[in-house]
Order: sequence, then structure tokens, then C-alpha cells
Amino acid sequence: MLEIFGVPSQALFGQLLLGLINGSFYALLSLGLAVIFGMLNIINFSHGAQYMMGAFAAFILLRYTGIGYWPALIIVPIVVGATGVVIEWLFLKRLQKLDHLYGLILTFGLALIIEGLFRNYYGSSGQPYGVPESLQGGRNLGFMFLPNYRAWVIAFSLFVCIGTWYGIERTRLGSYLRAATENPALVRAFGINVPRMVTLTYGFGVGLAGLAGVMAAPIYNVSPQMGSDIIIVVFAVVVIGGMGSIMGAIVTGFALGIVEGLTKVFFPEASNTVIFVIMIIVLLIRPAGLFGRSA
Amino acid sequence: MATLAAAAPVRRETEWSVAVAGAALVVFLTAAPFVLYPVFVMKALCFALFACAFNLLIGYVGLVSFGHALYFGWASYLAAYSAKVWGLPPELAVLCGTATGLVLGLIAGVVAIRRQGIYFAMITLALAQMMYLVALRAPMTGGEDGIQGVPRGWLFGAFDLNNETTMYAFVAVVVLAAFFLIYRIINSPFGEVLKAIRENEQRAISLGYKTDDYKLVAFVLSATLAGLAGSLKALVFQLASLTDVHWTMSGEVVLMTLVGGLGTIFGPIVGAFLIVALENYLAPFGQWVLVIQGAVFVICVLSFRRGIVGELAARLRVRL
Repeated sequence: MLEIFGVPSQALFGQLLLGLINGSFYALLSLGLAVIFGMLNIINFSHGAQYMMGAFAAFILLRYTGIGYWPALIIVPIVVGATGVVIEWLFLKRLQKLDHLYGLILTFGLALIIEGLFRNYYGSSGQPYGVPESLQGGRNLGFMFLPNYRAWVIAFSLFVCIGTWYGIERTRLGSYLRAATENPALVRAFGINVPRMVTLTYGFGVGLAGLAGVMAAPIYNVSPQMGSDIIIVVFAVVVIGGMGSIMGAIVTGFALGIVEGLTKVFFPEASNTVIFVIMIIVLLIRPAGLFGRSA
Repeated sequence: MATLAAAAPVRRETEWSVAVAGAALVVFLTAAPFVLYPVFVMKALCFALFACAFNLLIGYVGLVSFGHALYFGWASYLAAYSAKVWGLPPELAVLCGTATGLVLGLIAGVVAIRRQGIYFAMITLALAQMMYLVALRAPMTGGEDGIQGVPRGWLFGAFDLNNETTMYAFVAVVVLAAFFLIYRIINSPFGEVLKAIRENEQRAISLGYKTDDYKLVAFVLSATLAGLAGSLKALVFQLASLTDVHWTMSGEVVLMTLVGGLGTIFGPIVGAFLIVALENYLAPFGQWVLVIQGAVFVICVLSFRRGIVGELAARLRVRL
């Protein structure tokens, strides 16, 4: 069998693939956080809970109505995004003039409520969610076995990430968004409804979290604490990348996933702390983050 | 530290409202073990100290740490470990735990104060999560079981802490002394500089204060006192476990401080007693505790930002 640095290539590429999968979710989630932060200037602490909601929504659709993965991929982000719109409209709107810390604390409270509710009804053990039939199986690439569903997750999350980047950086609507981030009062003077744009932006960011949840359902167990497990890592990712740039969030997400996968091969004990260690190193060397603009 | 001498003159006299409330607290703590279950009061006192330590940062420097469980939990591990495995007497075990808080606070502080605002919150949370994962794996913490059956031992070789009343007296005296220390810190020239940083960091810098140094000292003080609280808790319950290092514990201390009143002297104490009592009553409802805690967060942020003591102080127009 082929060996690379004394590690069988099967194991190496297998972990690289796992790393890329994790990286896809880091990228999707930190992208959502960056979009929300850009517009609302808050860190959405309930992002993990909303990702978990997405996974559970897909699970509930399948169990109680028989609606499968493909429709769920469209329905769930819209539904989860709609709950985000309601949250923004009911709560976050009232906090605009206050210290950012209140937004953080409020969304933390919301995360507790959402996680607690799902734990009440589903316990803390995981629920299974099957891989859709059309993506079952996999192919042998010669050097490794590639399950179809995992290939799909990586490809689709890349597509969504780049689509979002394009939408924000290259379209007219995106330019309104960026302008409103810089100077909301001036943009309002041009007759653009900025408050509605803020609401929809939050909804969109939350919808992205919901989408990530649906995609994660067949890979990880659907459980109430799946959100809080991942979101703290994503926070570290965001600190490393800096939230100034959309592309930065995407690149950092994927890169750190790969680094995590490689660590699992060469130094398994450190695999779940490596991202935090990288965060510390980046903070000591380049406090603004890799892609961040210094404040 | 030459800048300390340049600080503006500070009112040194104690306000009567603080003196009255402080006296009421002492009376309450003297009477409490006769009316309430001593272990409950001790638990609430440990959390009250934890919340006051946290409030030192959020209320007086404006730094939101979302990872204070790190110092509380790891101090509790070290206190429990040193008492059980090394056989240290309780006073040294508590000291050992407190020192753990200090060292961890220094390390985390150096890293975290490089960023401000929400980044600071995320960094402290991430650091705490990292050390939670370490606690989960490390052999010394006992993993899921924690460190059980920690001996309380003899304080100074003279007082038997297995006696509930002696233990209570020990905890009450240490916590009250720590409260007094925190009060003196926030009323010192150093504390005034902290408040200046909270109000306007740029201006404090332009006045010649090395704000990063002040923030680091405040951070280390806060972590050390949180460590003291964690060490006491390990002795009271004779247990150190993963619950105390988990992020939910970091959230709980935010909740206590917020409910009681950010930046008030007595708020975190009131908040801690209230939340500990609430959890005792709600224990049979299982997961609803999480939902109710979350709802309290939301309500506090939306319509009760001053907290109980803050609201009271504003009504009475006094400092509390």
C-alpha cells in the first residue's frame, strides 16, 4: 500500500476528506456569522442552535410528513430563515442603539431556549437521518474511497459559499448591503429601506445555518447539542480569519477543517484542540486575524 | 505603575447605602444557617463570589468574558486534586486552586486582551472550551466522574471542616473578605482607571494610561477570585466535575450578574442567590431549566437591563 510520511494513503486521504467535510460546515457557519456581523454588528450566538434547528427540521419533515432530503434542502432554510426574521423583528431591532454586548447576551439566551426545547422533546441522544437514496454509495478513486454524499456536501457548500460571496461583492443588491454597512443613514437617504434589509440579512444568515444543518443531518447524528459543540469552534475560526471579509471566512473555514483532519492523522490527541491552539498563535502574531482589518 | 500616582483623587469615604447593605449582608449570613440549609447558602456564596469576580470585568472594565468557567472549574479541580491526592490541608488546597485561577487568568488574559468587544467574548469562550476538552481527556480530572470524595480536612490543623457549621463559618468569612477586597479594588485609584477605560478607552489611552496593562491586571484579579470561588466549591461539595468547566457554567455566571445588576456592588450576590434558589426549585423539571434560563436572559436584556439591584439603586437614588 502507498505510504506518505509513514502514514498509509488510505488513512491520510480519509482524514483529509473528513477535514474537508468539517471545513465545509465551518465555512458555511462562519460565512453566516460574518454576513450577520457585517450588517447588524452583533455576533449571533444562537447560530449553532439555528444550525441544529435546520438538522431537526429535516429530521421532522422526514419522520412526520415523509418529505425527503431534496425538498428539505429548499424548505428548511426558508423556514429557519423565517424564524430568524421573526427574531430580528421581535428582539434584535430593539437593541440597535445599545452596547453590542446585549446582542450577544440576548442571542445566547435564545440559544439556550432553542436547545432546551429540543432536549425536552428529543432527549440528548442523537436521531439518525439517512443519506438520500440518490447519493448512496461511493466511488473508488484508486487512492481512496469517496462516498457520494460527502463529495456532494463539499461541492454544494463550496457552491453556496461562492454564490454568497458573489451576491455580496459583485451584484447591485450586494453593493446596497455593503453601502448600508458603511453608512446606513446615507443609504436610507437614497430611499432604500435599510431596516428591512437588516431584517432580511439576519434571516439570510440564519437560513444559511439552517441549510448547513440539513446538510449535516446525514453525516452527524441529529442531536440537540450538535449546535453548541460546533459553534464554539466556529467562533475560533472567525477569530482566526477575522470577520472583515466574506472570502476570508470561507477560506479560513475550509483551511482549518483540513488542518484538523491532518492533525487527526499525525497527532490524534490534539485533533479537537488544534483550532484553538492556532487561534492563540494567530492572536499573538497577528491580533487582527488573518484577513481582518485592524480596528 | 507610575501612572497610578497620577490618578485623580478619589472619594474615600464609604457611602452610607453601601455600609447599610453590607451590614445587612453580614447579619443575613450570620442568621442564614439557622433558617436555611447551610449547604445551599454555601453553594450560593461560592456562586456569589464567582459572579462578583465576573462583575469586576464586565461591570467595571466593560470586558465580557464568556469563558469564566475555565478559572472556576480548573481551580476547583486543582483544589480537589491537591487535597485528595497530595493530601494538602484545606487552606493550602484552596490556595492551590486560587493560584491555578491566577496562572490560567494570566495566560488567557495575555491572549484575549489583544482583541476588544465581541472578539474578546469569543476568544475567552474558545479558550475555555479548549481547556474543557483537555479536562475531558486528562487523567487527573477523572473525566466524566470528576474528582469525588475530596476530604475537607482540618483547617490550620485546629478546626474540623467536616462539621457543617465550621465549614459554613470558613466559607462565609473567606467570601466576605473577598467581597470586601473587590469593593476596595473598585474604589481604589486603580478601579477609577478601570471605569475610565470602560467609559472611553481611547481617551484613557490619550491620558497616558497603558490600558492593556490595566485590563490584564483586572482580568487576572477576576480569574483569581473566580478560582477562589471554585476552590471553595470543591471543598463544600467534596467534588470537582466537568459541569464546572463547561460553557453552560460561563453562561450561568453571566446570567447571575445580569439579573442582579451589572456594575453594581451587591447585584451579583443577589443574582447568585436567586439563580441558585431557582435551580433548586426547578431541578425536577429537567431540561426546562435551560429554557427558563434562556427566557430570563431575553427578558433581562429587553426590559430589565439594570437588574434587580441596579433598578433598586436607581429608584432610591443611592449606590448599591
